[in-house]
Amino acid sequence: MCMSDLPDQNISPEHKAFLKKVKLKKISIVFTQITLLILFFVMWELAARFEIVDAFITSQPTRIVKTVINLYREGQLFHHIGITCLETIIGFILGTAFGTLIAIVLWWSEFLSKVLEPYLVILNSLPKIALGPIFIVWIGAGPATIIVIALTISLIVTILEVLNGFLAVDREKIKLVKAFGANKFQVLTKVVLPASLPNIINALKVNVGLSWVGVIVGEFLVSKAGIGYLIVYGGQVFQLDLVMTSVLILAIAAALMYQGVVYLEKVIVGKRQHKSTG
Amino acid sequence: MEYIVEIKNLGKKYQSLNGEINALENINFSIRRGDFISIVGPSGCGKSTLLSLISGLIPKTYGRVIINGRESPDVPDEIGYMLQKDQLFEWRTILENALLGLEIRKTLTKRTKEDVVQLLATYGLFEFKDKYPSQLSGGMRQRAALIRTLATKPEILLLDEAFSGLDYQTRLAVTEDIYFIIKKEGKTAILVTHDIAESISMSDRVIVLTKRPGRVKAVHEINLSCKNRTPLSSREAPEFRHYFNIIWRELDVHV
Repeated sequence: MCMSDLPDQNISPEHKAFLKKVKLKKISIVFTQITLLILFFVMWELAARFEIVDAFITSQPTRIVKTVINLYREGQLFHHIGITCLETIIGFILGTAFGTLIAIVLWWSEFLSKVLEPYLVILNSLPKIALGPIFIVWIGAGPATIIVIALTISLIVTILEVLNGFLAVDREKIKLVKAFGANKFQVLTKVVLPASLPNIINALKVNVGLSWVGVIVGEFLVSKAGIGYLIVYGGQVFQLDLVMTSVLILAIAAALMYQGVVYLEKVIVGKRQHKSTG
Repeated sequence: MEYIVEIKNLGKKYQSLNGEINALENINFSIRRGDFISIVGPSGCGKSTLLSLISGLIPKTYGRVIINGRESPDVPDEIGYMLQKDQLFEWRTILENALLGLEIRKTLTKRTKEDVVQLLATYGLFEFKDKYPSQLSGGMRQRAALIRTLATKPEILLLDEAFSGLDYQTRLAVTEDIYFIIKKEGKTAILVTHDIAESISMSDRVIVLTKRPGRVKAVHEINLSCKNRTPLSSREAPEFRHYFNIIWRELDVHV
């Protein structure tokens, strides 16, 4: 519900008061959220300054800022962020694309879907990280392996999620297009795919998180470059400043990417309902 | 051609692991062009199956379905199907929804599109053509669904409990509305319903089916003595109650 959709004229005082109350509530939530965040960093900094905690193992915000500046000066900062983000985006796109494609094939052939069902279930419960060393041997210790690890982590979930979405499409809608004489391909393109779009986007949301897991774990294993590499390296040489900095950068990057998907969802799904209001 | 639809000795058995379900048995009837036929029967008697068989959506077990003198293995072009709910696609605008059938049959041209826009205009939906279904009322959605069906210019409309998704008041209004449109466009219609009053109020003939396996139990020619017959005025006709009681008894409902 968008408040600005309501006509401006003849708003009753009661409605005005209600709107004000809603707005106030919203502001107070955001305010508290920001306060909590600031409080957390201030407490962290103070605890380290007054040696309540050992800054050598907990690091502290000012040191993190210094680390970021150093990394930037050495030209390392965007190098590592760039590599990790690129790997994540490629893994994420490939995972979603292949997952959806395979889901389409399985939807098309009930026989194939029945045959592959137990394998999918086992692959789904297998921790895909265990396959990491195999990929390193097969593909080599480089970004390609990391992308493949990210891809395998999100692939099976995508297949299952999207396929379930396909199968949940209203039978009556399919009957409707069949009554117009639609063939299977038309059933797919006219009904099944557009009807499952919200489902596919939900899979995307899950995949963003999974791709990050895959990429960071991949970088742990391959250990050449990227934020995951910085974390592992920092841990090994006991530079907790570097570890904490990397984790913070990771949190920001992951949040931004998730917001990107949320925005995509709004653009694609949102226009279905309220395109021509007002 | 006297009859537009001829059903000859039609039967359908459903197979399942638990055995065989005899849904319909030896169905025979014919429909004249422009007629409005209702099919009533107890729930589970295979009413909807009958429509699916006529439209070629599911294969028949035996018998013949002859439409315009032809038997077709596929979905015949002459048929337009209306389902229980309007089933408008929420990701398409009203116009895009109305064009669905033309897209599927690959007959969407500038001219056929104009025809559909004209239909929307005739039936008061022109200004909603770029809106999404969620922005329309239940009655308007039903009308949009009918226009989507009419867009492919079917000669025969199959209405499968087409109004049962609506509340009673809206349903009466929509029935009136749809009836006028069907009559104005000169279509032949087959309505499947469990609502006896609705079947009498709309039809020229009511076919009563038995419990499963569904067979034709009775056929009633509905002759009502009212001028300018509409579904609502039909309900006022003196004969209405008479038909209602006969059909009610034939349906043999026990609780």
